[in-house]
Amino acid sequence: MATHAGTAVSETEAPVYFDTDEHGHAEGSTMLGFWIYLMSDSLIFAILFATYGVLSRSYAAGPSPADLFELPLIALNTTMLLLSSITYGLAMLEVERRRMGLTLFWLGVTGLFGLGFLSIELYEFGHLIHEGATPQRSAFLSAFFTLVGTHGLHVTFGIIWLVTLMFQLPMHGFIPDNHRRLMCLGMFWHFLDVVWIGVFTYVYLMGVLLK
Amino acid sequence: MSAQAERHPADPHAYDDAHDHGHDDSGSHHGSFRDYLIGFGLSIVLTAIPFWIVIDNVFREPKVAAIVLMAFAVVQIVVHMVYFLHMNSKSEGGWTMLALIFTSILVVIALTGSLWVMNHLDSNMMPGMSPEQARNLP
Repeated sequence: MATHAGTAVSETEAPVYFDTDEHGHAEGSTMLGFWIYLMSDSLIFAILFATYGVLSRSYAAGPSPADLFELPLIALNTTMLLLSSITYGLAMLEVERRRMGLTLFWLGVTGLFGLGFLSIELYEFGHLIHEGATPQRSAFLSAFFTLVGTHGLHVTFGIIWLVTLMFQLPMHGFIPDNHRRLMCLGMFWHFLDVVWIGVFTYVYLMGVLLK
Repeated sequence: MSAQAERHPADPHAYDDAHDHGHDDSGSHHGSFRDYLIGFGLSIVLTAIPFWIVIDNVFREPKVAAIVLMAFAVVQIVVHMVYFLHMNSKSEGGWTMLALIFTSILVVIALTGSLWVMNHLDSNMMPGMSPEQARNLP
């Protein structure tokens, strides 16, 4: 009789498990949908990379990558983005431990690294334009500003999203909606880092290398 | 009664397995501190070496250096996919991996196709031909 009661309890508990599981699955389909978005975004970047690849030697008697790019600055920029990737990971670990203060702290640090990256990029763009290497100067520069600028635009929107979440998180707490938003932004942020690997290798390093 | 008693220990196991599986599934999105640390360490090394190769002119032949740089970039992208984006063949029942493979094929076609075709258009131009002359070709 006692065993029978035991089975009854475990059977009533069982549907609860499946309920949460199904909820997790609903969140999972959002993740899959966001992943599909990221994949389509990488197609945009692929086309911009292909355009840059085709036009990267068309200087129109203007400056070449070796004349323009300062690799130490790009190395600093890359470090910023890499650091922001790991601090976002640390924020997600604090989300799992449900520690609001530390989550917000690491998200803030991530945002600051993102801002640092953007400031350095804008400084570089300003420097290039000041030297006369504007997007109108040559096909190479048009393709360069389009590719790198599109990546920078993504980072800008990532930071806006991040700041929005830093307001939503203390307002509503660790609810499933906020968890989903954080996961999506995490994928977006790490994805931008992956695109940047292509940019610094193909545009900056190869540009300076193959003069 | 005995059949019930036999089934009873088996059932929680089944639920445990289901629960464990579900946890693994969501856990695959998170990653652990160790994962992030390994990924970060690897990506720092994989970033530093290409910059060193170019700044210090390690290879005499630029084409060799370019191939090495591409190899480093591919490895670093895989590292980011595994340790930061937590890609594996099991998450979402394999659909993320399928989307990634499909996208990679399209990216490779777009990149190599564009470079190959446009490079051939360039090399098939006769030397010293002006755009006007090229336009009036038979």
